[in-house]
Amino acid sequence: MRYLLKATVASIATAIALAGPASAELTGNLKINLDTSNPAPRATMETLIAKFQAENPELNITTNVIDREAYKTQIRNFLSADAPDVLTWYAANRMKPYVEAGLLEDVSDMWADGTDIANELASTKGALTIDGKQWGVPYTYYQWGIYYRKDIYQELGLSEPANFDDMLSNCEAMIASGRKCYTIGNKWLWTGAGWFDYLNLRTNGFDFHMQMAAGEIEWTDSRVRETFDNWGKLIRMGAFIDDNQNKDWQQSLPFMIDGSAGAILMGNFAVSPLREGGLTDDQLDFHQFPAITPGIAMAEDAPTDTFHIAANAKNKDNARAFLAYIVSSEAQTEMNNGANLGQLPVNSKASVDDDKFLNKGFEMLSSNSQGGVAQFFDRDFPAEMAQAAMEGFQEFMVYPDNLDDILERIEGVRKEAY
Amino acid sequence: MANTSPWNKTLAKQGWYKRNEIAITPWLFLLPALIMFAIYVVFPILQSFRISLFKWDGLGSLATHGEYVGMANYEKLLTRDRSFNISIWNNLKWLIFYLASIPAGLFIALFLNQTVRGIRLYKSLFFFPFVISQIVVGLVFTWFYDPQFGLFNGIIGFIGFEPINVLGDPSLATYGVIAAGLWPQTAYCMILYLTGLNSVDPEQIEAARLDGAKGMRMLWHVILPQLRPATFIAFVVTIIGSLRSFDLISIMTNGGPFGSSRVLSFYMFEKSLSEYGFKMGYGAAIAVILFLIMMVFIGYFLWRMYQDEKITN
Repeated sequence: MRYLLKATVASIATAIALAGPASAELTGNLKINLDTSNPAPRATMETLIAKFQAENPELNITTNVIDREAYKTQIRNFLSADAPDVLTWYAANRMKPYVEAGLLEDVSDMWADGTDIANELASTKGALTIDGKQWGVPYTYYQWGIYYRKDIYQELGLSEPANFDDMLSNCEAMIASGRKCYTIGNKWLWTGAGWFDYLNLRTNGFDFHMQMAAGEIEWTDSRVRETFDNWGKLIRMGAFIDDNQNKDWQQSLPFMIDGSAGAILMGNFAVSPLREGGLTDDQLDFHQFPAITPGIAMAEDAPTDTFHIAANAKNKDNARAFLAYIVSSEAQTEMNNGANLGQLPVNSKASVDDDKFLNKGFEMLSSNSQGGVAQFFDRDFPAEMAQAAMEGFQEFMVYPDNLDDILERIEGVRKEAY
Repeated sequence: MANTSPWNKTLAKQGWYKRNEIAITPWLFLLPALIMFAIYVVFPILQSFRISLFKWDGLGSLATHGEYVGMANYEKLLTRDRSFNISIWNNLKWLIFYLASIPAGLFIALFLNQTVRGIRLYKSLFFFPFVISQIVVGLVFTWFYDPQFGLFNGIIGFIGFEPINVLGDPSLATYGVIAAGLWPQTAYCMILYLTGLNSVDPEQIEAARLDGAKGMRMLWHVILPQLRPATFIAFVVTIIGSLRSFDLISIMTNGGPFGSSRVLSFYMFEKSLSEYGFKMGYGAAIAVILFLIMMVFIGYFLWRMYQDEKITN
């Protein structure tokens, strides 16, 4: 009850007439739509919602878990036609179309100065701000980076690469041993976008990357080409597994588990299925994507997943209470621990679970990412741009020689998208 | 009650209707269907035409969020959208190769049109792929084509060919999907022909046999002419089906690799409703073009049916 109380403080001011005594248990309905369809996140959310229910036995909670990929196309329908009270989504540009269409509730009141949310979630406020207002709350974020088979690296006498040359020479040794360096399943396009993000952040730096996202740089620019040239080196030497264009990311994991590929560039959510696949923490390790252009500050992708209130929601007070509950340090600590989501809590007072990969990720993001923190390609770039570019990445990874044509095409879209 | 005779009442009530009964009754019977047709078919078509003249993200109302752009969407589609060209070509491939289900269905129907023990079971087994969902068909074929563990590469490997990644090769993906589509469509054509074969006149066959016709000649000159109605329907459903192809593409390739297996209907979805698609006006323009292409065929079929009716009358 304690965190529920303090979180509702912010909303009392606006909702005092409706909310009545805020310390009372919530009544009425609360409809929640979730995209957390993978087993571990699903169980985590269900546990947390069950706790919220236990605290508010009078509240009638309905939860819909929708397949994560399907959710991305269904959101526009349910936001306008059959709006839930609370829904999961993503920060930055991914929420922009819905904010502009007036489908998400302005929750700036929850972020008002002096509230716990404003104090404890300050680091992610920017990602949830559009037009000076906040449109949701973050519930988790996670690092991206290279997860690799430590035992195979040791067997071949390799160490974590410190720069791009190391990365290439490691890869040559892997290929010489009959393995692939990196596994990737690129059917749904975003995995390839992760590679572009990192290669571009390391080749040209965070500011350049963000200028690209804002549409200020031509895709045929020589600096962009440099990023693709570095990528091309890896592709041409056979670093990636074959047929990656029609595998999804889950289908790419077995290559890592059976040792036919040595590493994967992925978000921390890959750790749970890799562990379930039989890899122990002695076999699996993590390192930051190595530097490419010397002197460029390291920048990382750390996508933030969010909760929002639909503008058409019927029970906005209950929804605000739920949002406040989900970002409280207790809920954050529990939700993100290794046994549950296995990701990083957004609340600065929450503690990071003592998990090998979470510790490494937290340390990397807090001490070695001076360049900046990006959301992710398809969250930083506008939708139309992201679609066209990611399709180009997919083609580039199979036919690197088509580069000129691909860049021309993406540039054509850039001219019209902004 | 007492001072009006029931006879007068009926006359007064039915007077106007009685006079126009012949003209009105058919329209009364048609009315429910016409209303439905207007609401669910005609109105959405007109609406699509209207939306295609706007730049609109599909969220919020068209009046406030849409921007009138005239023919700009069509101009872009027809002059500088390569994905649109790819989609049109793929639609053409679908149109042509999907027709293979008609002879295939005829062949299986002829083969099954015999009285053997358990023939009903065989018929229903052959019809099975049409009954199961297209999504399931798509999944089955995705596994069938899988380059690592798929049956397809097992088979061609056994004959001595190199493995091929059918759905991952931009030049093969569309054909791979069409082949999957042929499986249920053949079953559909088969059923059409099986019912057609039931109504083949045994006396004509008897007569042809007396005249010495057998095998292919019998099929071509005696059986097929009698199957003309079935062939016509098979053509109609196959051509319309090929233009509507969507679910298989969505499940098997998601339009990929790099957009090479898109067709118009999928491209329309992608532009207007998919994960990154917020161009409702552009999608509507694609829909209108698809509609016009379909109208060519539908118009032809209607004209044909009208001609046939005239002959029989």
